[in-house]
Amino acid sequence: MLLNGELSCTELTRKFLNKAVLNQNNAFTKVFEDEALQRAGEIDQKIQNGKPGRLAGLVFSVKDLISVAKKNVTGSSKILQGYVAPYHATVVNRMLDEDAILIGMTNCDEFGMGSSNENSYYGPVTNDNDKNRVAGGSSGGAAVSVQEGSCHLALGTDTGGSVRQPAAFTGLFGLKPTYSRISRYGLLAYASSFDTVGIIANDVADLELVLQIVEGPDGKDSTVYQGGKSSDKEIESIAYFRQALESEGLQEEIRENFQNVIDRLKSEGKRVEAIDFPEAEHLLETYYILTTAEASSNLSRYDGLRYGHGDEVEKAANLIESYTNTRTEGFGEEVKRRIFLGTFVLSASYHDAYYTKAQKARRMIRDKTLDILEDFDLILSPVTPTTAFGIGTHTKDPIEMYLSDLFTVHASVCGLPAISLPTGEDNHGLPIGIQATAGDFEEEKLLNFAKYLSNLGS
Amino acid sequence: MIEPGYKVAIGLEVHVQLSTDTKLFCDDSNEFGLKENTQVGLVSLAYPGTLPVLNENALEMAIRLAIACNSEIPPITLFDRKNYFYPDLPKGYQITQDRAPVAVGGYIPVGDKKVQLTKMHLEEDAGKSIHTDGANYSLIDYNRAGTPLVEIVTEPVIVSAAQAGKVFSTVRKLVRYLEVSDGNMEHGSLRCDVNISLSKTETLGSKVEIKNLNSIRFVQKAIEFEIKRQTDLLDSGKEVISETRLFDSVNNSTSSMREKETLNDYRYFPDPDLPGIELRKEFIDRVRNSMSLTPWEAQHILKTKYLLPDYDAAVISEEKELFKYYCTAAESCANYKLLANWIMGPVKNYINDTGDSDVKFPFNPEKMAELIEAIDRGKVTKNAAQKVLFPEMIGTLRSVGELITDLGLAENKEDELTLIIDELSNEFPKEWSLMKSGQKKLIGMFMGQVMKRTGGKADPAKAKELLMNKIG
Repeated sequence: MLLNGELSCTELTRKFLNKAVLNQNNAFTKVFEDEALQRAGEIDQKIQNGKPGRLAGLVFSVKDLISVAKKNVTGSSKILQGYVAPYHATVVNRMLDEDAILIGMTNCDEFGMGSSNENSYYGPVTNDNDKNRVAGGSSGGAAVSVQEGSCHLALGTDTGGSVRQPAAFTGLFGLKPTYSRISRYGLLAYASSFDTVGIIANDVADLELVLQIVEGPDGKDSTVYQGGKSSDKEIESIAYFRQALESEGLQEEIRENFQNVIDRLKSEGKRVEAIDFPEAEHLLETYYILTTAEASSNLSRYDGLRYGHGDEVEKAANLIESYTNTRTEGFGEEVKRRIFLGTFVLSASYHDAYYTKAQKARRMIRDKTLDILEDFDLILSPVTPTTAFGIGTHTKDPIEMYLSDLFTVHASVCGLPAISLPTGEDNHGLPIGIQATAGDFEEEKLLNFAKYLSNLGS
Repeated sequence: MIEPGYKVAIGLEVHVQLSTDTKLFCDDSNEFGLKENTQVGLVSLAYPGTLPVLNENALEMAIRLAIACNSEIPPITLFDRKNYFYPDLPKGYQITQDRAPVAVGGYIPVGDKKVQLTKMHLEEDAGKSIHTDGANYSLIDYNRAGTPLVEIVTEPVIVSAAQAGKVFSTVRKLVRYLEVSDGNMEHGSLRCDVNISLSKTETLGSKVEIKNLNSIRFVQKAIEFEIKRQTDLLDSGKEVISETRLFDSVNNSTSSMREKETLNDYRYFPDPDLPGIELRKEFIDRVRNSMSLTPWEAQHILKTKYLLPDYDAAVISEEKELFKYYCTAAESCANYKLLANWIMGPVKNYINDTGDSDVKFPFNPEKMAELIEAIDRGKVTKNAAQKVLFPEMIGTLRSVGELITDLGLAENKEDELTLIIDELSNEFPKEWSLMKSGQKKLIGMFMGQVMKRTGGKADPAKAKELLMNKIG
């Protein structure tokens, strides 16, 4: 990824910018042309002086759901139009401190809520493989910014698959770290006990390097823990869920691809076993009850009074009207749906039946999953039931859309690290990915596995 | 007050604003009285992406309160969100403690009674809404948003307005002793919600809550009004509605809040941004070992070590500063009761006269001890000490002994007094003979003259003795 003295940072950045400014797939909500070039010039100078940071020459994008100082950070929502963030997220600071070059901010599903990047105030992001198809979501813009060649690497966020699913749809590597490994300070909260900063790249080494730089304790986020088990141990044993491969909605080519990977691993002498995991049945409802509950509370701050879209405040006759108008105007349909759902499951009469029960289910699912990871190094699954689907094909039925998260929510419900990596293509030439999940803070295991599998070839 | 047959049950929720340097979940200043909206960083204003980080000093202060009240401190304490919309609540939820507060149980001693506590929990305050009459807008000051509060909740075991007032004032004393709050009710550092119910049976009646009372008198007046109102309702066979009421300090009455505001479903749930906090024994022991004594411990010391009567012990333990002053002075003098009298008298008067919020003493306690010793050993009369010596001692470095000599306060000799009495009998012959023949009220006149001519230095008992001797 780094320059071998062939291209200067400025030349490299120029090259990426040429692509980014065209915004052919609507991946960017803003591109920082002048600033990126100026910064590239400064870093070229540092390289000449022999004191470059560890990410000198790395060009990256940031999902428009992560705070970048002096920029209109929006979460792809109308409600944050006009809001200029006064501060950098911790991850952004850590990237910039090591001389990475920020090229722009990427389109996403509003506040990270969606699986196709169609729920955006800025319109859908298209897949660079086929512009009639979605990029995945919610970090669709992040994935496409790398896919189309506008940057080396993208910082996204992953609450239920938002980095892994678009990475799979665009043929890239997507890492969702262990919950709490990377500071969330500056990440616009969707579901705080699930939200993670994720990384998308087409090179595993980049993921590894950037993870090292952005992870670790932060005085501004009390949930960050010092973790990181390093392990050079080769992956020996792999589990996968029998039911996952039998699920009805699974695209045939994905099933075949997955089977091929398993066969290949077996032929390499790995212990690969199909196991039963009946708890999987409760994954989606557990995920949607808990995330919407947290979202309904997290999004309460968008009231138009202190920042963002607040035109309605002046026009309103009273307080209730001001709230209603601001939020009715400012939020999109999916966000409203999740606020309603979350408010409902937390309300006094339903709290126990939904929220409390889902919390219990979450603990149970995590415990069972950790039991499996006692016996196996990794759990393998498809990333998505289908390859990138057509724009508009799932928008009418939210449940259909939620089903596309079937495989990714598992790691999110458990707070475990997971990686999505490309393993082939379907008959239309659309990328297929595979997902590996490991124990707490075992990202290194996942990265090693990704390297191993990539080197195996098909 | 309480009609026979009725049983009243009162519980208090006291909100203590902690005097930490910074707010509960961010490093914005927590100073009172600054210009509006100047202590409002990104976390206080709930900017997108910001997160709360617990102020450990606030936690420590809460633990001090818990230890002082003999509460049980759970091994882990958790934070929860209380969701509701209001413009002065920037996040749209308040971070508070619902499931696992910092303290459970315990009591506050009030007189001979131990007022049982339900719990204490930490929470953040909201900003302040300012509604101007007639304006079609409201103003918000977010300075207070995020200020740390401890809410102390008592069981409904208080039985009268007077007792409730005592509980509230004891809490005020406690928070000042422990240095967790200035206890300033006018500034809202200490506020109180009252829960009250009346019943003719053993089961509690409908609970009425009166919100936001910020003086001991208001607490008492509100309760008195409520007892009367509820008694009247029940007497006439009506029902008491369980509701939240507001106190009107002009009319000393309460009135119902709009129903809408009381029908909130706060949708409590664990705050995912704040991990549970382990309250380890070492931490609690460290707090225990570094904390100040409680007002009731102070009172106990005054009664047992210095053998003061209850009243004196109560007055002197009112303020920690006064208590410490007493104890330091008592180290170097023998007559504890005499010292107590002087502290409750001249010293307290001096403090009250000069007092703003800080306690100012006339001079250091060592000097106070010298003064008490001088009186106790008869080197100066009480009268001279109070009228002349005490004021002269303020603002000087000279010792009490020097001052007595220089001011000529050494106790008058008998012959001096006899001389003065002789003079007086010559100057006022008519009054003298009237007194001699039994007009007792003239004794006062001659005593006054003796004191006048000695510049107040004479020992009145001695003077009177000589006077009586002379008239036979």
